[in-house]
Amino acid sequence: MLKTFIWILIGGLGAAAVGGIALQRGETINSLWFIVAALCVYALAYRFYAAWIAAKVLAVDATRATPAERLDNGRDFVPTNKWIVFGHHFAAIAGPGPLVGPTLAAQFGYLPGTLWILIGAVLGGCVQDMVTLFFSTRRNARSLGQMARDELGVLGGTAALIGTFAIMIILIAVLGLVVVNAMKHSPWATSTVAATIPIAMIVGLYMRSIRPGRVLEASIFGVALLLASVVYGGFVDRSETWRVVFDHDGLTLAWWVIGYGFAAAVLPVWLLLAPRDYLSTFVKLGTITLLAIAIIILRPDVKMPALTPFIDGSGPIFGGKLFPFVFITIACGAISGFHALIASGTTPKLLTNERDIRMIGYGGMLLESFVAMMAMVAATVLEPGVFFAVNSPAGVVGAEAADAVAKISSWGFPVTVEQMQTLAAQMGETTLFARTGGAPSLAVGMASIFGSAFGDGLLALWYHFAIMFEAIFILTTLDAGTRVGRFMLQDMLGNFWPKLGETSWTPSVILTSGIVVAGWGYFLYIGVIDPNGGVNILWPLFGIANQMLAAIALSVATGILVKSDKLKYAWISGIPLAWLVTITSAAAWEKLVSADIRIGFFAAANDMSAKLEGGLLPPEKANIAPQLIFNLHLDAVITLFFVTLLWLIVLDMLRVCYRHLAGKPVPPLSEAPHSPSRLVENWARD
Amino acid sequence: MLKHLRTVWKAVRRLSGDDAYERYLEHHARCHAHGEDHQCTGPLSRAEFFKQWQDQKWEGIKRCC
Repeated sequence: MLKTFIWILIGGLGAAAVGGIALQRGETINSLWFIVAALCVYALAYRFYAAWIAAKVLAVDATRATPAERLDNGRDFVPTNKWIVFGHHFAAIAGPGPLVGPTLAAQFGYLPGTLWILIGAVLGGCVQDMVTLFFSTRRNARSLGQMARDELGVLGGTAALIGTFAIMIILIAVLGLVVVNAMKHSPWATSTVAATIPIAMIVGLYMRSIRPGRVLEASIFGVALLLASVVYGGFVDRSETWRVVFDHDGLTLAWWVIGYGFAAAVLPVWLLLAPRDYLSTFVKLGTITLLAIAIIILRPDVKMPALTPFIDGSGPIFGGKLFPFVFITIACGAISGFHALIASGTTPKLLTNERDIRMIGYGGMLLESFVAMMAMVAATVLEPGVFFAVNSPAGVVGAEAADAVAKISSWGFPVTVEQMQTLAAQMGETTLFARTGGAPSLAVGMASIFGSAFGDGLLALWYHFAIMFEAIFILTTLDAGTRVGRFMLQDMLGNFWPKLGETSWTPSVILTSGIVVAGWGYFLYIGVIDPNGGVNILWPLFGIANQMLAAIALSVATGILVKSDKLKYAWISGIPLAWLVTITSAAAWEKLVSADIRIGFFAAANDMSAKLEGGLLPPEKANIAPQLIFNLHLDAVITLFFVTLLWLIVLDMLRVCYRHLAGKPVPPLSEAPHSPSRLVENWARD
Repeated sequence: MLKHLRTVWKAVRRLSGDDAYERYLEHHARCHAHGEDHQCTGPLSRAEFFKQWQDQKWEGIKRCC
């Protein structure tokens, strides 16, 4: 009785908070409402929807032995305490995506992104993660690609493999671009980010040779060094001799990032990748916790309006209307196909009991959605004028500060040159204009939140701490992604020449790493030379790719549900799938055929060709125009490829479902046979 | 209170892999005690174990966007 009353109370509070956010007009709104709305929606969804899916749709069976128990080998298959699995799972799924996406989507106002983060997560992303985790657990922890091949057929399996590889390339390029935009002409940020490399190596050597396996000691030592590097960056910035060493334009930095990516893929993991990952995980968890505490202590007002005029598609950060582009821009935080790769293959190997699938799969994604919500708050507590000044590329608002502020103010978001200069000086930067990509504006937002909550005197330190925090785990994703891409490529090439498939054969390592780095390095290079910032092209491409991967995961899930004679429940994955197919196809369509040069790839390419031929471009633009035109065509081809792949797999899934319902033969369910769990109640090895 | 702190500390060690070697030794002892053929050939030294553990950990997709 009391419980029912409490849940009714949570329901009422959640409805009031969401309603308040949605209907508030004119006045500013307190960010606490966002937190309350999110927590209530999550609690209700977890308690009712997730529990219902677990019990009725999936019918999780606590008495059934999991692969971790059956195949326990003490190394990769290990039954593990559920909180530990939750920690590993969350650390793996939560990268920079949920921070960058909402920041960019804030150009539409706070409302569309906020609603999509809430609804997309509870009905889409969490469901995807949970059902994928469940189905993989029932299939000896097979990967998404293997499940697609087993359950749907060769087409599904191949599509999943190619999709994963393609998404990796685009993801790394766009993340590299975010880091480059944060570092360009910023000696402080560049020197701090550069310092993280030797720090990771010192930690790696410590863990390898000095005190083998003492992970915590080494990490604590490394985090202390990282914090010191933020302070030391300040000295670099103030030193006339040192600041020139770290003061570079975007292109130079892009070459450094590309070189670094290659080195990281070739060097042994213990030297760079593994130690950096420890540091980034600790810093990430610490900073996110700190941000949550700061928002709750401070309760800043959200200054961005609920909706901006840019919902008509004229936004400065990226072109395109609210529908479908808000759904493409916020992928991680609402629904992210990438998670299906972790939820299959990786996490199931640790799962002790099926009943923990709800907490780990559904709950893990809820927490990531909450991170996205905080990023939305951090972006929208900025003055909108400042937000747009930081994020609008020079190609849209003009390279001169005076032009930029005039243009942004003319949109109804007043901002002055003095205001931006004061802000830049407070943050220890020479300028904050045109730092497209989300990281710097998020860092300004975080710095002002941290500064107000924990002391205002250290704004510049907070800002560079936030930059370091984002850069370190973006670089971790870059390292790890390049490596995974390399393994996948070696695996594929091994089919043609077995020697290339040997992961430790040096010529193959160098060749395949080189190909992967060249792949993302190309997009990064084009993104940097693009006067419109590159993010406007790459981020939607990444969103489309990520949603496509999610559609593959949901197709596999829907196919399995239908084949298990659970047609009446197939909507739990079918509805999010239908929505993803709709938004991805709509976005791809716009990107291909829109006549608006800021949206359509062909429109932009034709416009640039015409200007180039007419001699209307200034010489520095005319030089790069052929490359940009080629790239626009390439982007169009890639978009077409993604959306074709998406439709192929959806139609393949529908074909399998139809055949099953019509009583025709289909690939059999690949579920491992039931074997009873021997592990006693509440037991776990910890 | 002290008990809770100890639980937290254990969880942190477990999550970070700080206790991986100790768990490996336990597993090793157990699989020998059962007399099962797990292809366990003598426990590795801490340094050797850590090397293998770390290389193997980074073979699949471990980090995401």
